[in-house]
Amino acid sequence: MALPLVLTNNYTYEIAILVGLNAIVCVGLNFLIGYAGQISLGHAGFYALGAYGSAVLSARYGVYPVISVPLAVGGVAMLAWLVGKPVLRLKGHYLAMATLGLGVIVSVVLANEDWLTGGPDGMTVPPLFITGEKAWYWAVGAVLLLTVWLAQNLIDSPRGRAWRALHGSEVAAAAVGIDAARHKLAAFVLSAAIAAFAGALTAHYAGFLTPSKASFLHSVELVTMVVFGGMGSTLGAVLGAAVLTTLPQLLTVFKEYEMALFGALLMLTMIFMPQGLVPTLEKLLAAAGRKAE
Amino acid sequence: MIAQTLLSGLTAGAIYALVALGFAIIYNASHVINFAQGEFVMIGGMAAASLVETGLPLPLSILLSVGIAVLVGLVLEKLAIEPARGASVVTLIIITIGASILLRGLAALVWDKKIHPLPAFSGDAPIAIGTATLLPQTLWVLGTTVVVVALLWWFFNRTLTGKAILAVSVNRLAAELMGISVRRVLAVSFGLSAALGALAGILIAPISFTSWDVGVMLGLKGFAAAILGGLGSGPGAIAGGLALGLIEALGAGYLSSAYKDVFAFVLLLSALVFLPNGLAGRRVAERV
Repeated sequence: MALPLVLTNNYTYEIAILVGLNAIVCVGLNFLIGYAGQISLGHAGFYALGAYGSAVLSARYGVYPVISVPLAVGGVAMLAWLVGKPVLRLKGHYLAMATLGLGVIVSVVLANEDWLTGGPDGMTVPPLFITGEKAWYWAVGAVLLLTVWLAQNLIDSPRGRAWRALHGSEVAAAAVGIDAARHKLAAFVLSAAIAAFAGALTAHYAGFLTPSKASFLHSVELVTMVVFGGMGSTLGAVLGAAVLTTLPQLLTVFKEYEMALFGALLMLTMIFMPQGLVPTLEKLLAAAGRKAE
Repeated sequence: MIAQTLLSGLTAGAIYALVALGFAIIYNASHVINFAQGEFVMIGGMAAASLVETGLPLPLSILLSVGIAVLVGLVLEKLAIEPARGASVVTLIIITIGASILLRGLAALVWDKKIHPLPAFSGDAPIAIGTATLLPQTLWVLGTTVVVVALLWWFFNRTLTGKAILAVSVNRLAAELMGISVRRVLAVSFGLSAALGALAGILIAPISFTSWDVGVMLGLKGFAAAILGGLGSGPGAIAGGLALGLIEALGAGYLSSAYKDVFAFVLLLSALVFLPNGLAGRRVAERV
């Protein structure tokens, strides 16, 4: 929140807003990956559906964005519930593949139904009542705080404990009476709805939308942010989103080396900090604390 | 029309099968899903195209580019997979995704971001069979795949190294106690997968060209084929690849070519709902 002191121009504000929007998605995705222990390689699909849902409703059918955003989020939540039911019975790599497939289907449909979505060229999105970088910065910051607050409360609630039990061992969780299917579905639907909400906000903020938002690479980026920051840590999800959103902006200095450098950095971090950023730092701090005593 | 469609489906399916076999071999040896598998396909095609452009004869270029891919595969295993042994599945997935981004970035640096052709192995004159026409390259793709599958069968069932890999995939600890070097098994399987991927990339390049980013989609399709067949099953990977190629070709030919990729994944999803372990997958008991 003290960031406005350092943020001197619109460009830095823009990056801060993007960080915030990605962080919202990651805190939500962390429920599924970090707590319930299920992977999704298709969350960009939900993100893009939220974005396109609100954009199409407001641009093509004249619905006020204030109404179209919640409508889109509700629609995506229903869809996630419908597809989540059969898909979440799968485990491990099979679940990864199934969610990946869902994401690919969404991105192909968005790119091909150009009468509705404008196709690969994208579409313009009407603005929300929030205008200007500063107003957006505070709005996104508020939503992010709200999401983090929700996360902190949720993970210590009975539901959060059930999720963590599932992550530890599904069989053991079932043995103590946790309805595994229902809890997994809840984490899936909640994370999809949060992704859709952030997607819709991003669309109205940027004013322009292309199907690349639904791409497999975007799904991978989102998962990477969560794992990079540290699975099962809300602070980690926020930090992961912050680092991996700003890093490519910083690396553009290296021009053509950008992609190779990004890949190498990603590999090195995961090889040397397989737990992710925050858990590793916490461990280091704890070790330093013990030494000091 | 139907013969033509089936033929192009089989060709694509054979390529998917080769990539899927690469996924299956690495998964069996290390329980890692190697998301950089598609980049081996790209390296094979791009290396062969650029070597031919420098004036090297085609057979030599093919051999060299398979060699380059194998080298990359060995380095990847040594520098990225081995140090991260014991990390969680998601962490390993992200490491291989990082590797694929790195390799793609390097390919754009070493070569360029243009589309490259590779000459067909034996001319472009189409062969007419009834009402369908057949490119000689199609025969090369199908023939090579059959030979490779036969060689793999022989390798895994008749050689000591092949049996050692199977032993490690069944029970790593027991294999180690029997004196099998797990390190060597891992190296061999990464090298073998890289060679299979590179071969697929070289075979398909004369038909659909090659560029620095062909690995993404081919890798995903290979993964889809491996999952459809049942992870870790060799015959499953081949069946999954062929099924995927045929469905895509039929869907593109008779329904809508824009939705080609959707048919493949809808088939995959519905298959997974009814067969959660793939066509040939074993049910694995979970350890509590």
